[in-house]
Amino acid sequence: MTISVNTSVKVGITVNGEETTADVEPRLLLVHYLRDVLGLKATNVGCDTTSCGACTVLVDGESVKSCTVLAVQADGQSVTTMEGLSPNSTELHPMAAAFRAEHGLQCGFCTPGMVMAAVSLLEENPTPTEREVREGLEGNLCRCTGYHNIVRAVLSASGQNPDAVQTTSVDADADQSPAGGVESAPGFSTGSGA
Amino acid sequence: MIPVAFSYARPDSVDGALALLAEHGEDATILAGGHSLLPVMKLRLGAPEVVIDIGRLPELRYIRVQGDEVAIGAGTRHRDLEASDVLGSDVPLLAAVARTVGDPQVRHRGTIGGSLAHADPASDLPAAVLALDATIVLRSPRGERQVPATGFYTGMFSSVKEPDELIVEIRVPRTGSAGWAYEKFTRRANDWAIVGVAVVDGRVGLVNMGASPLRASATEAALADGASIDEAAALADQGTDPQTDVSATAEYRRHLARLLTRRALTTAAG
Repeated sequence: MTISVNTSVKVGITVNGEETTADVEPRLLLVHYLRDVLGLKATNVGCDTTSCGACTVLVDGESVKSCTVLAVQADGQSVTTMEGLSPNSTELHPMAAAFRAEHGLQCGFCTPGMVMAAVSLLEENPTPTEREVREGLEGNLCRCTGYHNIVRAVLSASGQNPDAVQTTSVDADADQSPAGGVESAPGFSTGSGA
Repeated sequence: MIPVAFSYARPDSVDGALALLAEHGEDATILAGGHSLLPVMKLRLGAPEVVIDIGRLPELRYIRVQGDEVAIGAGTRHRDLEASDVLGSDVPLLAAVARTVGDPQVRHRGTIGGSLAHADPASDLPAAVLALDATIVLRSPRGERQVPATGFYTGMFSSVKEPDELIVEIRVPRTGSAGWAYEKFTRRANDWAIVGVAVVDGRVGLVNMGASPLRASATEAALADGASIDEAAALADQGTDPQTDVSATAEYRRHLARLLTRRALTTAAG
C-alpha cells in the first residue's frame, strides 16, 4: 500500500457557498486560510490558544475554533464565516439582526465569533434557557464584558422574549442549585441523584 | 503561533494509518480532532515530522451496544458522546462527563481516543473511563490487544500504548441505573478541572491528583467494607500525589479530592 505523504497539499474548501482551492502547507491554520489566502477578514484571531472563540466559524454547520483547525482538515468540507451568514448587506441573518437590536456588542472584536457560536448553539438547541445560552457560549470571551446583551440577543434570535426568559430562568436555576441558589464556582455537579 | 513544518497524510482506512505509523515510527503522530495535538505543535512543544490524519475515518466513529458493553469508536467526538441516547441511558456518566469538556467548539472536534491517548492527568474523560472499568482496544500491524483502563496510564502524558499502536475502540460496561456523579471543580468557565471526581457503581476516578488519572482505591475499599460515605470520602486522597501549581496547592487539591468525593458519592447514592 502506498499512501502519499505531502509537504504541500491542494485543498478544496467550500467557503460561504463558493468553491475555493489552493496549494497550502499542511501547517496552515484554517483561520489563516480564511483571512490571508481568501481575504475574508471578519474572522478574528484573538488568543490563538483555543480559548477566546474570536476565530469561531462553522464547519459543516458546527462551530469550531479555526485557530485550532488546519486548513487541510477542512478539505472537502463546507465553511461558513460571518461574511457568508447574511444573504446580503441589507437583509441580516436573524442572529446578526438580534445582536444589532439588543446591542449585543461593544468594541465588536468578539462579535463574529460570538455570532457564529450562537448560530451553532441554536442549531443544536433551538429554544435554550438563559443558563443554556450562557453555558453554550462558554467558549467565547467578550473583554468588554458585554455578556448581558449578548445573551439577550441569542434568546431573542431563538424567538423568545428575553425579558420573560431571564425572569423565569433565574428563579428556576435557584431552585435547582444544590447550594440553595448560590453557585459558588463555575464547576460542574452532575449525577443520577442530582 | 505556527507549528513547525511537517508532512501530512490522510489515509482512507485504519490499516492505512497503521502502515504509515509503522513506516515512520516515532517521527509520526496521529491527528484526530487535533485539540490536544495542535496546541502542543503551535507552542512548538511538539514537532512531529509526519502527521497522519485519522479525523474523518467513519470506521472509527460509532457508539453501539455490544452485549454488556457499549463499544465506542476512538474517533467519536465529545459532542457525539454527550448527545448519544445510547450513552444517556446505558452509560450516563460518560455522556455527562463529555458535556463538561472544554466548550462546544472543542467538543465538536475533540475525540475520546485522542483524549485518552494524550494522557493528560487534568482531562475529564480518562478519569471517567477509569471509574467505569472500561477496556481500551489498541491495534497495530502486530495485531490487536485489549488493555484495562486501570492498566493504561504509566505517568504524565504517557501510557502503555506503543508508538506503532492506535487506539481504535473503547469498551464501556453498561452501568444503566447504577448511581453515578461527576464533580468538576474549576474557578473560571471553560477551565481544566483543578480536581475532578467521577463516581459510578462504587468506583471512584480522580482527575488531576497525580501524574496520571487514578482511582481512589482506599475510598473504594472502605465502601466495599461498609464504611459510611463520610468515612470513605475522607480517604480519597490516599495514595495520590497532586501537584502544586498556579491554580492550587497540593494540600488544597487533597482537600478538594475528599470534599468532591463526598459530594459525588452522596449524589450517586441518590
